[in-house]
Amino acid sequence: MEMRILGRLTADALPFYSWVAVGGAVVTVLGFLTVVGVITWLGKWRYLWNEWLTSLDHKRIGIMYVVVALVMLLRGFVDAIMMRAQQAFALNSDGYLPPEHFDQIFSSHGTIMIFFMAMPFLTGLINIIVPQQIGARDVAFPFMNSVSLWLTAAGASLVLVSLVIGRFSTAGWSGYPPYSGAEYNPGVGVDYWIWAIQASGIGTTLSGINFIVTILKRRAPGMRLMRMPLFCWTALASSILMIFAFPALTVATATLALDRIFGMHFFTNAEGGNMMNYTNLFWIWGHPEVYILILPAFGIYSEVVANFSAKRLFGYTSLVYATMTIALLSFTVWLHHFFTMGASANVNAFFGIATMVIAVPTGVKVFDWLMTMFRGRITFHPSMLWTLGFIVTFVIGGMTGVLLALPPVNYLVHNSTFLVAHFHNMLIPGALFGYFAGYMYWFPKAFGFTLEARWGKRAFWCWIIGFYLAFMPLYVLGFMGMARRTEHYDIAAWQPLLIVAALGALVVLAGITSLVIQLITSIRNRDNARDLTGDPWDGRTLEWLTASPPAPYNFAILPQVWDIDAFHDMKRRSVAYARPERYEDILLPKNSGAGVVLGGLAFTFGFAVVWHIWWAAIAALIAILGTAVARSFRDRTEFRLPAGEVKEIEDRRLRDLAKGGAI
Amino acid sequence: MENAEAAAGRKLKSYLTGYGLALVLTAIPFGIAASGFLPRGTALFVIGTAALIQVLVHLRYFLQLRLRSASPERLLATAFAAVLIVIMIGGSLWIMFNLHYRMWV
Repeated sequence: MEMRILGRLTADALPFYSWVAVGGAVVTVLGFLTVVGVITWLGKWRYLWNEWLTSLDHKRIGIMYVVVALVMLLRGFVDAIMMRAQQAFALNSDGYLPPEHFDQIFSSHGTIMIFFMAMPFLTGLINIIVPQQIGARDVAFPFMNSVSLWLTAAGASLVLVSLVIGRFSTAGWSGYPPYSGAEYNPGVGVDYWIWAIQASGIGTTLSGINFIVTILKRRAPGMRLMRMPLFCWTALASSILMIFAFPALTVATATLALDRIFGMHFFTNAEGGNMMNYTNLFWIWGHPEVYILILPAFGIYSEVVANFSAKRLFGYTSLVYATMTIALLSFTVWLHHFFTMGASANVNAFFGIATMVIAVPTGVKVFDWLMTMFRGRITFHPSMLWTLGFIVTFVIGGMTGVLLALPPVNYLVHNSTFLVAHFHNMLIPGALFGYFAGYMYWFPKAFGFTLEARWGKRAFWCWIIGFYLAFMPLYVLGFMGMARRTEHYDIAAWQPLLIVAALGALVVLAGITSLVIQLITSIRNRDNARDLTGDPWDGRTLEWLTASPPAPYNFAILPQVWDIDAFHDMKRRSVAYARPERYEDILLPKNSGAGVVLGGLAFTFGFAVVWHIWWAAIAALIAILGTAVARSFRDRTEFRLPAGEVKEIEDRRLRDLAKGGAI
Repeated sequence: MENAEAAAGRKLKSYLTGYGLALVLTAIPFGIAASGFLPRGTALFVIGTAALIQVLVHLRYFLQLRLRSASPERLLATAFAAVLIVIMIGGSLWIMFNLHYRMWV
C-alpha cells in the first residue's frame, strides 16, 4: 500500500468547486493576515503574549472567550444570511449555491452558533463575573481555565480552516449516521466536524468542573448558597449539566470517528450496528445543552431586571428552585427530539408530558421577572430592553414548544421549517439576547468605561424586528410543508414568505452593524464614559464592589456578606468602601504558556486525524501528554503580590472613588 | 512522619488493589466478547454486571468514597450522579428495546 506523508491532503483540498467557496476562503485568509499584520505593525506581539494569551486571570480569559464568541457570531451570521439569500432566489432555479456547498453552510451555521458562539459567550461571561459575584479572587483552577479556552479556540480554528483546506461536514449540525458514516460521506467534512467538537467539548467539560468547584468552595465569608446572586445559581446549574451531558456527546462523536476511521460498526447496520443508538446518545447531550445555553441567560435577565427596576429580585427562592428543577428535568425529555424515530405511543407520551412539565418552572420564572418590574423604578438601559424583548418573544417560542411536545403534532411538522422557527425562537431571545444584555451590563466592569446606549438601543430594535421578520414566516412555511434545509423548490407560494425572511436577516445585519458601531464609538469616547466608581448602574451584587476594571486580585480584603443583595446592603450600611487597617500579601496565579501549547497541539492532532496524517497525529498526542506531565511538575505556579503594592493599588482606587463621588 | 507515611502506604495499597480489580473486571468482559462461549443473554448480563462492579470499585478504591464516613456533600453529589445515570441508562434501554421490539421482532 502506498503511504503518503501528508495522508490524503493534496492540492485538490483547495475550494475551487464553487466561486462562493473560493470567496469564503479568501476572506478567511485575508482576515487572518490582517489581524497578524496589524499586531505586527503595532509591535504588540510581546504584550499580547504576556498580558493576554498566557494569562490565567479569570477576567482576561473571560474576555478572550467573548472575543472568540463575537468573531464566530459574525462567521455564523454570514452563513445564515447566505442561506436566506439562497432560499429567497431558488424558486424553480438552482440559486447561487450548489447543493454540496449549501449543505456545508447549514452544517457549519448550526455547529458554529452552538459550539463556538453561544458556548464561549456564556463561558466568558461566567468567567468574568461569577468569581466577583461570590467574592472570590479567581476560579478554583486557573490553569485548567486557560486549557479550556485554548481547546475551544482549537475547535473554532478547525472549523475556520475547513473553509480554506478541504470542506466542512454536509451532515447538519447533529451529524446523524448513516449519512455521516464513511460509506456515504467519505470526505473530510464530517471529520472536521467531529474533531472540532471533540476539542471544544473536552474544554467545556473542564470549564464545568472548574465553575462547580469555584462556586462550591470559593465563596466569601457569609455567602451562603441561598445568598448567591441568581447568575451564580444558573452558572452552577449550567455547569452541572455540562459535566453530566457532555460525556454523552464525546462518546457519540468518538464512536462515530471509530466507525469512520477504523471501519467499526457502532452505527452502521452491517455487522450488527445501530444508527439509532447515535441519535439517542446525541440527544442525551443535546437536550441538556439547550439549558446549558439558556440558564445562564436566565441568570443575566434576573440580575438586569432587578438592577434596572431598582428593586430586590421578586421570588428569589422560587427562582432558585425553578432553576434547579429545570436542570434536573432537562435530563428527562431528550426523546422529544426524535419522536418520529418509531418508539411506541407509551414512550412518546411519557417524554411528551415530561417536556410539557418543564414549561411550569419556566413559567414561574417569567412571573417572577414580571413581578420584579411591578412598581419598580424602571430604567430603560439597553440591557433592560433585551430583557423585555426576551420575555415577550420567548413566551411565543415556549408556546410553539408545547405544541411540538405533542407527538401527534410533532409527526405533522417535524423536520419542517416550523421546527427551525421554534428553536431559533428559543435560542435567539432565550440565549443570545441574554448574552447581549450581559455584554452591555458588564462591559464597564471588564473595561472601565460604559458602552454607548444609543447604538445599543438601535441594535436591540434591529435585532428584535429582524428576528420576527426572519422567523415568523418560517412557522407559516412549516405549516405549508416546507422541509428544513431545502436548497431549491418549485412551490411559488413559498417564495414571498422566504423573501420576507431574507429581509429579516438584513434587518438583523443592521443590528450587528449597530453593535459594531456601538463598540467603536464607545472606545473612541471612552474618556467621557469612564466608570471611576466601579458601580455605574447603582448595582446590588458584589461584582460592583470591585474597581472597573478590577484589580488582578478583585478584592483586597474578602468581603463579609450579610444579605442576598450583598453590595446593596453594604452601601446601605455605608461600609462598602471602608478602608481596612492593613493589607496582606496576596497569592496570584503566574502566567503560563502551557495552555496555548496544549491548544495548538490539540489543533494539530485534529487536523492530522482529519487528513489521516498519522505520524503527525501520534506526535501531537505524545506532545500533549508530555506537556501535561511537564506542567504538573511545575511546583511554583503562584506568585506573591506584596501588601505594599496592594496598598498602592487600593489607594489609587480610593482616589478614583472620591473623584467619582462614591465616597 | 510515621503517620503520614503509613497513610501514604495505605493509599498506595488502595490504588493498587483497585487497579488489580479493575484489570480483572475489564479482562472478563473482553474475554467473553472475544471467545463467545457464553450464550448471548448470559454474556450481556455478565458484561453489564462487571461494568457495574467496576463503577463501585472506582468509587471505593480510586475516589476513596466510603458510605459511612463520607461527608454529606459527597454523598449528595454521588446520589445525584446516580439518579442521572439511572435516568440516562434506564431511559436509553427503555427507548432502544422499545424500538428493537417494534422493528425486528
